[in-house]
Amino acid sequence: MKTASKIYTGLVMLFLFAPIAILLVFSFNASKSLSVFSGFSLHWYSELLRDSETLSAVRNTLVLAVSAALISTVMGTAAAVGIHKLKNRYLRAAMDSVTNIPMINPDIITGISLMLMFVFVGRLFGAATSLNFATMLIAHITFCLPYVILQVLPKLQQMDKSLPEAAMDLGCTPMRAFLKVEVPEIMPGIVTGLIMAFTLSLDDFVISYFTAGNGFQTLPIRIYNMTKKTVTPKMYALATIIFFVILFLLLLSNLTDADTVQAVRTAREKKRARKNA
Amino acid sequence: MKKKSSGSLALVQRLALAPYSVWAVLFIVVPLIFVAYYAFTDLDFHFTTDNITRFFTATSVISDEAGEREVHTYVLIFLRSLKLAAISTVICLLFGYPFAYLISKASARTQSVLITLIMIPMWMNFLIRTYAWMTILQDTGLLNGLLDALGLGRIHIIGTESAVVIGMVYDYFPYMILPIYSVMAKMDVKLIEAARDLGCNPAGVLRRVIWPLSLPGVISGVTMVLIPSISTFYISQKLGNGKFYLIGDAIEGQYVANNLHFAAAIAFILMVILLFGMAFMQRFANKRAAV
Repeated sequence: MKTASKIYTGLVMLFLFAPIAILLVFSFNASKSLSVFSGFSLHWYSELLRDSETLSAVRNTLVLAVSAALISTVMGTAAAVGIHKLKNRYLRAAMDSVTNIPMINPDIITGISLMLMFVFVGRLFGAATSLNFATMLIAHITFCLPYVILQVLPKLQQMDKSLPEAAMDLGCTPMRAFLKVEVPEIMPGIVTGLIMAFTLSLDDFVISYFTAGNGFQTLPIRIYNMTKKTVTPKMYALATIIFFVILFLLLLSNLTDADTVQAVRTAREKKRARKNA
Repeated sequence: MKKKSSGSLALVQRLALAPYSVWAVLFIVVPLIFVAYYAFTDLDFHFTTDNITRFFTATSVISDEAGEREVHTYVLIFLRSLKLAAISTVICLLFGYPFAYLISKASARTQSVLITLIMIPMWMNFLIRTYAWMTILQDTGLLNGLLDALGLGRIHIIGTESAVVIGMVYDYFPYMILPIYSVMAKMDVKLIEAARDLGCNPAGVLRRVIWPLSLPGVISGVTMVLIPSISTFYISQKLGNGKFYLIGDAIEGQYVANNLHFAAAIAFILMVILLFGMAFMQRFANKRAAV
């Protein structure tokens, strides 16, 4: 890269990472100040570990994200298989536009719309509060589904159609052919979809805010409640931990991605070698 | 045998779509109908257009440097949201477009490193990102400390529209870079070389080859920045000190106050406007593509 490009890249990175760096540094501050660094200390981390409300929020978030990611991955993968097989042009178009809705709509509208329905249905059954873990789980599955489908669908389109047919000609039942032949072929898409669903669910604040009941607090909602009052560096300690977890997850997904790319490449080379021989 | 088994496979595959179809209708389509239903009914669920009319006619008195005046509250809030979101989107495009181009020109290894770096802040919770800026921009914050140390004098920025714009740009900047980059990375270098060989100057290459080819990425980048900026409700509360109500704040405020019908009406109007805006942009894109 030329010098000018390097300087520009540096400035963009400074803009992107300076605020995060500041959070990281001040999470180790000995005093409560968020602008004067008065010495290194792990005080806020031990404080964080004693904050039972935040810890239970972490647990809630993980339970919710794992459930939402697993359910939306299974349902979304099945849906992608079905959508892939749809012959009717209009049905296909209808399916595609419905799938696009949660991605295009602002989060606040997705959140409000689900909340209104939950409240209305809850009132029909005479419930005083109808928002709870279940409504939140439904909301999270709903906004994760399109991302899973969009990850799996291209892999199905790239797959050789004759593979499952060959398996069945050789005596596989349809279900076995699907599980043994199709699923391994589309696995990279399923895994990426799962990771995306998991991170989206972990990170979501707006939709959770509208669909959460009073009793159930996820980490983003906990952060929201923390920042409503004056914030102590305890939240910075939390942000720092989140940052390193995300860094780890991103590196992991990059590695698996590189692995699949590598695997495809070696397979292709082997094929070519066989052809030449 | 073959026919039978592939027939039942087709059935299994069609059935695979069933749970999602039911789910999509129940939790994507029906909730949107509920927004319209709440927007057009009163507390007893009788039909009314009052909520919609209220959005366009409700007034309040504000006083600023220009003196006291009566304004249409929600129309003003909507126009302000549109203005701040548009400014943020333009800034993201101005700085993001050249950056996306730079990345696409780098070596494959540098490309993947830079893209990962851009994605890291994106996965940080936006509440934390916004809050970080609040501590920087505060009157007693780091920025003013730095300016003081340099002997430049303090500036008051928190609670102004500029602070809100900074927050929006920071939070959504990666969403502008990534789609433009992915289009540019796939761009055929031969087209640019051909234009150059045929005597096109660099500005001409940019205007007549690179820009038109990157337009799909620009359009999805603009949508991905504009829509969350218009509808945000946290950035304005934290960086605008609650002085700059945006349309998202209005919806959230009505939700907190338990005025669900009016909250639905604002959401409904926002949805309709965004729908028209997007249809317009799509037509613009198609027309440009046709040319």
